[in-house]
Amino acid sequence: MKRQIPLIITFIVGIVMVVQYFIPRQPFAGLFDTFNRWFLIIAVFALLLGLMNLVRLHANKLRRRNKGWGYSVVLLGGLVATIFTGAKWGIGTGTPFNYIFVNIQQPMGATMFALLAFFIASASFRAFRARNIDATLLLVAAIIVMLGRVPIGNILWNKLPLIADWIMTYPNTAGQRAIMIGIALGTVSYSLRVILGIERTYLGGE
Amino acid sequence: MLILFIISSLSISALDTPNDAGGSVTLKFSYPFPFISGEIMRREEGKEFERMVAVSPSDTYWIDNSVEDGVKYYYQVVLTTEEGVVASEPASVISSPQWFHKGRTTMLIVVLVVCGLILFFIRQAKGGKGLYIRQIAGLEAVDEAVGRATELGRPVMFIAGIMDIDDLQTIAGITILRRVAKKAAEYESQILMPTSRSLVMTAAQETVKEAYYDAGRPDIFNPNNIFYLTDDQFGFAAGCDGIMMREKPGAIFLMGSFYAESLILAETGHSVGAIQIAGTAMPSQLPFFVTACDYTLIGEEFFAASAYLSKDPLQLGSLKGQDWGKAMFLALIVVGTVLATFGFTIIKDILMVQ
Repeated sequence: MKRQIPLIITFIVGIVMVVQYFIPRQPFAGLFDTFNRWFLIIAVFALLLGLMNLVRLHANKLRRRNKGWGYSVVLLGGLVATIFTGAKWGIGTGTPFNYIFVNIQQPMGATMFALLAFFIASASFRAFRARNIDATLLLVAAIIVMLGRVPIGNILWNKLPLIADWIMTYPNTAGQRAIMIGIALGTVSYSLRVILGIERTYLGGE
Repeated sequence: MLILFIISSLSISALDTPNDAGGSVTLKFSYPFPFISGEIMRREEGKEFERMVAVSPSDTYWIDNSVEDGVKYYYQVVLTTEEGVVASEPASVISSPQWFHKGRTTMLIVVLVVCGLILFFIRQAKGGKGLYIRQIAGLEAVDEAVGRATELGRPVMFIAGIMDIDDLQTIAGITILRRVAKKAAEYESQILMPTSRSLVMTAAQETVKEAYYDAGRPDIFNPNNIFYLTDDQFGFAAGCDGIMMREKPGAIFLMGSFYAESLILAETGHSVGAIQIAGTAMPSQLPFFVTACDYTLIGEEFFAASAYLSKDPLQLGSLKGQDWGKAMFLALIVVGTVLATFGFTIIKDILMVQ
């Protein structure tokens, strides 16, 4: 029963979600949004579960003075401070919660995002080494596209932006669409396996 | 005379809005002459006209979403011109909900054909027919990666993307997790799995626990190794990077739905010398994984992973059906391209979905 009930629910919900796409009238019309709302409600409760897991793990780490316990102090301190300020003074502009969000959380997120530029440079350096014909083609295409997208490319040769656009519009788009068709069919096939209960590994079964 | 011309050329048509849930009427009107102000009037059977909305010369249609199904309504467009006030002939309409979205007929046919093909080959596989499936290097390397991490005495790290359990890619990632966890259990290795969503954490804990039971090593399963970090995208990336730098995993699996954090994770994993296998159906992130990881499961390979790893004939049958679907689309693309080259866009028109 532990397996069968989730499989039955998956089957019914899967079929209903497919059917509602083709039937615009009620009660089918609002089903997609209704199910999404239900999911959000469940997810909110699950968030508490995640929070409890996080607190328990780091509290244990702190109590046992495990390696890296200092990070747990920062995490728990940050968690308590954010929840306390939000609960006591609200989350509007000018509140301590907002201060924490704007001056700590946002800059830290932006810093992580900014790291991407350096990671792209290091990854590109490895990818663009002309080890074989494929890598050489990649290198040449990348140089043309990069130069074609900056003003100096146009100064060097005014045809470079046009070639770069052609590469992006035709070979690149064609490749992307081929992958997307494969993904779409893979999604249909996988969904069907899940709906029919053929694929049940995610429930903990073979 | 001019007024008569204006009245005769002023027209309004009302129709039940197609492919909707009811409660809606679409009005189309034309007035090929200038006017000072205009209004749409509406009345129910046996009642007086009431003003609904003002129209300007650039308006050609209006959708009335305030109607009741099954009630007959009359609409009229009334214009004030320099010659006087003129009104169109009333147009009547009854709104009703539709049972089928006609704009999605092609989609329904495609879904039925593709699903039919998949079910046909699943049935064939049930009958015991052997099916060939090409080798996928990334999946062949799963055991090797776990083995290597074990040899190095390092843990295996698994990241199932940053989306929730309602994302199909997350579910596909968790199916691969089971195989990885089982192998890790057989090798008595530990698996670390930070998650970005609580529901993914609970599903993953259950999956890994079952895998350790299956491998006969429930004693070494540690639920604390599958833990929630944060829902925040870059907070999660920072947390995972920190774990990578501190724990130095021997193998890293990046299987699921990823966005801008993909390269941040993959490059950090590369920097700690881990063997990395990635799988995603996000076309924009695939180049990053191809560049930074040792193996990448590209789109459909990622979804095929569970069938490939389990060798279950029923699942393999679905892959065969999927391949036939691909062949069908390929044929449509070739025929459509040739026809479009000669100016016939029939295939494109048929495949348009509203």
